[in-house]
Amino acid sequence: MTSAVQTIGLSRRYGRRWALADVSLELPAGSVTMLAGRNGSGKSTLLRVLATALRPDHGEARVLGHDVRHAREAVRRKVALLAHQSFLYEALTARENLEVAASFLGRSAEALSLLARVGLETRADDPVASFSAGMRKRLSLARVLLQQAELVLLDEPYGELDPPGFALLDGVIGELRQRGATVLMATHLIDRGRLLCDRALLLEEGRLVWSGPAREMPAEAPGGSAPA
Amino acid sequence: MSGFLAALRKDLLLQWRTRAQFVAVFVFGASALLLFSFAIGPDAAALRQHSAGFLWLAMLLSSTLALADSFESEVQQRALEGLLLLPADARALYYGKALANVLQLTVLGVGLVPVMVVLYDAFTARVPALLAVIVLGAAGLSAPGTLYAAMTAQMRARNTLLPLLLFPLVVPALLAAVKSTSLLILGDPMGQLTSWVALLVAFDAVYWSLCGLVFERVVED
Amino acid sequence: MGNSRWPFVTSGLGLALLVWGSVWGLLYAPREVYMGDVQRIMYVHVPTAWNAMLVLTFAFACAVLSLLRGGWGWDARLEAAVEGGVVLSALLCTQGSIWARPTWGVWWDWDPRLTTTAVLLFAFAGILALRQFVDDPVKRAVWTAVAVVIAYVDVPLVYFSVRWWNSLHQLQSTPETVSRAFHWPLRINAFGVLFLMIGLVELRARLAWRRRAAESAPPLPSRVAMAAGSL
Repeated sequence: MTSAVQTIGLSRRYGRRWALADVSLELPAGSVTMLAGRNGSGKSTLLRVLATALRPDHGEARVLGHDVRHAREAVRRKVALLAHQSFLYEALTARENLEVAASFLGRSAEALSLLARVGLETRADDPVASFSAGMRKRLSLARVLLQQAELVLLDEPYGELDPPGFALLDGVIGELRQRGATVLMATHLIDRGRLLCDRALLLEEGRLVWSGPAREMPAEAPGGSAPA
Repeated sequence: MSGFLAALRKDLLLQWRTRAQFVAVFVFGASALLLFSFAIGPDAAALRQHSAGFLWLAMLLSSTLALADSFESEVQQRALEGLLLLPADARALYYGKALANVLQLTVLGVGLVPVMVVLYDAFTARVPALLAVIVLGAAGLSAPGTLYAAMTAQMRARNTLLPLLLFPLVVPALLAAVKSTSLLILGDPMGQLTSWVALLVAFDAVYWSLCGLVFERVVED
Repeated sequence: MGNSRWPFVTSGLGLALLVWGSVWGLLYAPREVYMGDVQRIMYVHVPTAWNAMLVLTFAFACAVLSLLRGGWGWDARLEAAVEGGVVLSALLCTQGSIWARPTWGVWWDWDPRLTTTAVLLFAFAGILALRQFVDDPVKRAVWTAVAVVIAYVDVPLVYFSVRWWNSLHQLQSTPETVSRAFHWPLRINAFGVLFLMIGLVELRARLAWRRRAAESAPPLPSRVAMAAGSL
């Protein structure tokens, strides 16, 4: 089984703090992995480094066979990131946002069918500025689907969604798995993650403190750290 | 090339959608044009003499607003980063944005000319030449302006830093644009217009190449 | 960055030369026929001008190396060189005013070289301001290096534009006529300022380097230490 992601000693600082400290992990191709950890534990940083939005300060990472430092463009072609910020233009409509992204990917957007997939077809021609947070999340998800990536990185995707949105996302993750894509999802919803994901990783203060099958993921005690 | 066209289309679309803000910038420029006259007083001959300077100062001040606005939408939700991750070529994104900014500043300049004509009795029959000077001057403001707007949009104190960094830099372009416009309005007995336009072209050539080269370092980590 | 004492030696030597050259030029050199004692300012003005251009050229070189090589060393030298350039440019403008006032009765005479210096002063002071407002040290290094390259490339353009602009009006003679100055005090002062600047820029660069080191995160504790700890 080939690895979709391999990191060795990956580290990234933020001011005087190490946001990621010496993280070594491996994600098998086609797996769905949950990334857990408290706020500020480095989940977003890890996702952003793997997406090549950030450069690592130390260590190495190979994503789908390409080095994140030296082959950023190659990595970006195959990776899609769903981040806290929506990457959307507030002044443009939902349809236009997808068309802009598609124009850089060199393909046609098929915006309406994508919007229908995420339940936004009735708002296709409304400016994103008029959208609620949940709707923005759905549109960002449509943008991720547009990219047809082999590695999909999701940063707390359930965040602003409503219950139908949860179901939508569960469905999308299932489809990605069927397609053979690799998924790494940062989430606080441990129980959901245990059901959806094959594997789990636990970060604490930038360090990887636990990895294993998702069903064996230890529950995080409210104030303390997880058992090693 | 396709990345550049995609970027240009995106930026023109964004400009069209935010045209209300542009109208506000235009009104700001026109009121600046009016206010400058109070520095000289109602001396019609002196006002006409300095009209070119007033026009380009109004353009310069308005340009900081327009340039800053052009990156507002890019940093709000990290849209520019989103494009870079697709992947999109940083250089294409720069040239698309810079060219769209030239267009916007040219429209601004062309809009301010009638205001100048009315307020200062500063008319020229050489309209194509004036348009060329406006385009070249706009290009001179846009090249470094787009780069610095991208930089300062990512910082605090952005509204102060953009003019602080830009104004000393564009002195050659400003001088050349003012002199060229002045010669068109007041007459050019010694045929100096070509020299000034040549300086403007040289400034544009240097900065359009240099800023495109370094843009990636300014927007990528 | 080193800890050796050579910058102190160089600065001391520079200061000594500067005192020698200035005393000679300001008090003992022959009086200039046309302009009188006011012309003596050349003995400090011309050396300042030469060194200002040198320091800013050094800043440009540091900027290019900082962009190509990275690391804190070139960024620290860049910070020091830009500060040095700002100080010298401010001095130049002040000296120019001191010369212009008794000569022409105005504080500023729009001389092309001096006006270019004023524009440079604002450009590089702006870059120092930029450094204050960027928190991330890596971004700060890259952005100021870019800004220095862009500002430096502008220098010839600014000079030519101001010179053409000024030539259309009465060209007031500039204080830059070196032939009217007696050479020795000038050369001594030029080397004096040069050595002083080399020493001071190096010391300032060391300070900047230490600040960068203090700003950065401490090195990662080793895995062994981590495994032995509470986690």
